[in-house]
Amino acid sequence: MTEKMDKKPIISLRNVIKKYGENLVVNKINLDIYQGEFLTLLGASGCGKTTTLRMIAGFEDITEGEIFLEDENMAGKPPYHRNVNTVFQSYALFPHMNVFDNVAFGLVEKKMKKAEIRKKVREVLELVQLTGFERRKPDQMSGGQKQRVAIARAIVNNPRVLLLDEPLGALDLKLRRQMQLDLKHLQQQLNITFVYVTHDQEEAMTMSDRIAIMNGGVFEQIGTAEEIYEHPKTKFVADFIGESNIFETSIHAVEEKMLKLIMEQGDVTVREQGFEVNEIAYLCVRPENIKISEFPVEGFNLKGIIKENIYVGSQIKTTIEMINGYLVKKTAFPDGDMKPAGSIVYLYWDDGKSVLMHTKEDKIYNYIESAEGGSIPS
Amino acid sequence: MKKEKKKKVKNQNHTLPLLAMISPTVIWLFLFLVISLVYIIVISFMTKGPFGTIKWMPSLQSYIDFLNPVYLKVFRKSVEIAALTTVFCLLVSYPFAMALSKTTGKKKMLFMILLVLPFWINGLIRLNGWVNILRETGILNSLLMKIGLQPINFMYTDGAIVFGMVYAFLPFMVLPINNSLSKMDPALLEAASDLGAKKFRTFCRVTLPLSIPGIFSGTIQTFIPSLGAFYIADIMGGGNTMLLGNLIKNQFTSARNWPSGAAFSVVLIVFTLIVMKLYNKVGNPEDLV
Repeated sequence: MTEKMDKKPIISLRNVIKKYGENLVVNKINLDIYQGEFLTLLGASGCGKTTTLRMIAGFEDITEGEIFLEDENMAGKPPYHRNVNTVFQSYALFPHMNVFDNVAFGLVEKKMKKAEIRKKVREVLELVQLTGFERRKPDQMSGGQKQRVAIARAIVNNPRVLLLDEPLGALDLKLRRQMQLDLKHLQQQLNITFVYVTHDQEEAMTMSDRIAIMNGGVFEQIGTAEEIYEHPKTKFVADFIGESNIFETSIHAVEEKMLKLIMEQGDVTVREQGFEVNEIAYLCVRPENIKISEFPVEGFNLKGIIKENIYVGSQIKTTIEMINGYLVKKTAFPDGDMKPAGSIVYLYWDDGKSVLMHTKEDKIYNYIESAEGGSIPS
Repeated sequence: MKKEKKKKVKNQNHTLPLLAMISPTVIWLFLFLVISLVYIIVISFMTKGPFGTIKWMPSLQSYIDFLNPVYLKVFRKSVEIAALTTVFCLLVSYPFAMALSKTTGKKKMLFMILLVLPFWINGLIRLNGWVNILRETGILNSLLMKIGLQPINFMYTDGAIVFGMVYAFLPFMVLPINNSLSKMDPALLEAASDLGAKKFRTFCRVTLPLSIPGIFSGTIQTFIPSLGAFYIADIMGGGNTMLLGNLIKNQFTSARNWPSGAAFSVVLIVFTLIVMKLYNKVGNPEDLV
């Protein structure tokens, strides 16, 4: 991360806003993407990730803000004047052209000599392992092959940045896993910057150098897969990436680097800084970090009863019901600490295995939600 | 109760045989297409009797008559006018079809209605409307004279015939092209732009080639009817121009020569079939539907 910070960004988004009428799709985002980086825009559908990609490609106007490609402002530049290429979700191969003509499309537009076009197309088809498919039409190819043609058609133009819009969405799981690795290796081999859009968190974590998690038109967190998983900055990220136990808590006391937390489920002391007394916060603990004991553990007052243990092969998934009915998820290896269903246990976790997050709430709303459920405020 | 109803519906579906469903069409086609077509072919090989009757004596005279230079000239003129009609139809339709394919929802409905609405009025009445607009003392010329220009003689020329035909057959060109263009994935245009093609290049390399099936279909659907249409030439051409359609009509009516009328019809049918056959060879026959 730090070594990348030294480099100059190849793409910079500055306070970019996109509105469709009154509908705010992208809300003032800032992002720097560096040379040779594999950056993924990750989020649920409608979060603005595809719109962001399309603004970089030039298919969508920017309502406010600026996008720079190598320090050049892209305002008003049509897609055909931008040195970026796109791999479309639907592949968008030209159905009336064979593989050769599809891949050569951009080179023909650049008025390159025929011999050179032939050479370049041959090279790139070799790279995506489609040698011998030159005369095939798109409708005579499988999804995975079409996908590779789409990639070849884009990278043959030697773009500064390759934009990929959920390119593996239509493939089956096994092929998708293979293509994820292939794409990652291709990116390393070519050393082209990839900006990748997906809603699949596993895909994002497999491939990316950095992940930008989008929600409601803003970035919730930008960082490496590890940073995002280990240190989620918001409740959304903790929820979206992997599984989490999220407790709503209020800070009871601040002592030297230690915080005393009051929660509905019980009290906990954690090593955190930067919080004020009476602040409402979320405490996030990953299921694999939850530990159980027959006796109370110092610093933890979390009592629960084991509801069930489910054996799923590589691990055991345990559900523990807390005093207020909240269900804690815990996973462990089959040989780990395990108690039969019905046992009363005390939960704890190792120092530094929990993350405390600021909220914008000023009260714990579990109560409020359940109290107001279904009633119409007068 | 509900179950019983369901059963009944199911039974109905089973007891309605395919034959019963298609037989009205079959009977209709047999009565009005097959029989009359066979009759036309048969009498085209007969001899003309006195007072418009048919003498049942086989002869090729009617076909030999067709080789008369006067008739051949009519034939050539018909093909020329049909070809011109097709070309102008294509030129007018393409931009409209493109606009139509890009609009959606209510706007598209409006365009479609505007395109089809005139067909709710009888064609002859609409053509006579055009006569009123275009004739020497018509609306258009009065307008021209009001702004101080010379009146122009539009009516009773080949141009007027072509105009009338383009007007009559326009939707048959617009709809298939629109159909082709609507089927096109809009991402293809973005892909072309992404790969460096400007708007005109994208049109030439992507849009136009992908709309060829529609162009083929539209061309067939305008060229063939305009070969045989006679009332347009009658009204817009004022009887100055004789086309194949008029010729056939005259043979049956005023000349009372049924065998030669039938023979000319057969020539037209055979020519049409040849054109379609050639077309099918170039284009994909599935796209012509």
